Amino acid sequence: MGMTMTQKILAAHAGLDSVVAGQLIKAKLDMVLGNDITSPVAINEFRKAGFESVFDGSRISLVMDHFTPNKDIKAAEQCKLCREFAKEMEVVNYYDVGDMGIEHALLPEKGLVASGELIIGADSHTCTYGALGAFSTGVGSTDMAAGMATGEAWFKVPSAIKFNITGKLNEWVSGKDVILHIIGMIGVDGALYKSMEFSGKGLKNLSIDDRLCMANMAIEAGAKNGIFAVDDITIAYMNGRVDRAYKIYEADTDAEYDEVYDIDLGTIKSTISFPHLPDNTRTIDEVGDIKIDQVVIGSCTNGRLEDLITAAKIFEGKKVAQDVRAIIIPGTQKIYLEAMEMGLLKIFMEAGCAVSTPTCGPCLGGHMGILAAGERAVATTNRNFVGRMGHVESEVYLASPAIAAASAITGKISDVNEVL
Amino acid sequence: MNAQGIVHKYGDNVDTDVIIPARYLNTADHKELASHCMEDIDKEFVKKVNQGDIIVARNNFGCGSSREHAPIAIKASGVSCVIAATFARIFYRNAINIGLAILECPEASEKIEAGDEVKIDFDTGVITNVTKGESYQAQPFPDFIKDIIAKNGLLNSMKV
Repeated sequence: MGMTMTQKILAAHAGLDSVVAGQLIKAKLDMVLGNDITSPVAINEFRKAGFESVFDGSRISLVMDHFTPNKDIKAAEQCKLCREFAKEMEVVNYYDVGDMGIEHALLPEKGLVASGELIIGADSHTCTYGALGAFSTGVGSTDMAAGMATGEAWFKVPSAIKFNITGKLNEWVSGKDVILHIIGMIGVDGALYKSMEFSGKGLKNLSIDDRLCMANMAIEAGAKNGIFAVDDITIAYMNGRVDRAYKIYEADTDAEYDEVYDIDLGTIKSTISFPHLPDNTRTIDEVGDIKIDQVVIGSCTNGRLEDLITAAKIFEGKKVAQDVRAIIIPGTQKIYLEAMEMGLLKIFMEAGCAVSTPTCGPCLGGHMGILAAGERAVATTNRNFVGRMGHVESEVYLASPAIAAASAITGKISDVNEVL
Repeated sequence: MNAQGIVHKYGDNVDTDVIIPARYLNTADHKELASHCMEDIDKEFVKKVNQGDIIVARNNFGCGSSREHAPIAIKASGVSCVIAATFARIFYRNAINIGLAILECPEASEKIEAGDEVKIDFDTGVITNVTKGESYQAQPFPDFIKDIIAKNGLLNSMKV
């Protein structure tokens, strides 16, 4: 029986010729990732178990991104613990304030993840790297600790859902709208324990930033991983970033899928997830009159250069509405610098936006834009659970950078044509 | 291996942000995490939970973030087992890895109500509802998972 892309990568890393869905395997890891929230728990467990060294300091990435620059004393203590551990264990890829970025924007940018590799990260959005044709999945701190010690992890081989992508996106519609549309269609547990595999003739019309955004939110459908077929766009992105040999895996033509969906990009409209679940979606024409207090453009989902370029096109020469706070958070230092050189930051600041150094910050209600009771935000982030961005009685509406920018200008959830 | 306790019941898609809100993730202290367990979905939980109690929920329990703080908070608050129709996969893995027993059982998830007294035999997978006089069959753990839970987590089971 044929294998999916994911199954082939898992088989190769388990030293097996083939695997089938449901099989338990032990696989070798190419990269183990942790952040300032999940690593302290992992480090404590690592030490308690008596480990004295990591399997390979060049295959561990520690990124201080969630509550940084340190939001309080406790957050500072957590980063200090990670920093000391990184020094002691000679962790090569340690990123702190000044050279860090949001982990899932940073690792692809630095070439630390590549096609055909197997990555675990103690962060649920680790599934992002599937955009490059890697198998990557979120785990907890204990798996991270065991992974750092042994370079291995156990997995149950997933079955898969295939998304056959065709067509071309309309203007102002992005990968974010496609993935919100898909989550709305299959539900927040629609891909539970499974792979979401994206392929088809329409892939050539999805940029790497679109793909990273879509793979990033596979977890919001409950998926174990999201993965894209590798093409010229992927290879062009990895060239100059990845300096080691990588492998390209293709799904077998007779691979078995639990379900196959056809997605015509041309039919996708701007899509918004209403509180309090990502699958509670409506298209922009169904939204109605929803007044907002805050806009956040950033996060591991939508803090990339293309997202900022889109937002800047809409903000140029406009002003943020009187009663709205608009917060722009570039995903990495490099993106921040490029946005500065392109003049995007000037457009944002002249429009009345606040621009921040990279941080996960408000996405998880950490800092840099917390909501009060009764307040509403349009955010390009990934979750709109109860209390996610602040008070339990606040609300988060998930949207694309284009819709978020347009909404900041009007003060209510708006389509781009309302401001241009 | 057995568990017995009073049930706290929740619905579908209980996410890790309501189990332990991110505003408390600036600590890894188990007791402190437990003091905020379920705070954004059930403010009374920490007052009413007793050692050995059982959480029962519907579909996709533990969805969202990979924070291990979520099963840690539940375990440190005294809960002996979580039963749900389905679990989000990272939560499932994390719970086992830290030694919190969890069982998938759609029938139990549907029929057990808040306040019921429930008994679990992990060797057979039989869940007995003492209050209602019913029993439900869950898949028992394979031996390697039983070993992880008995040794109080994955790292303890592989201790060097």
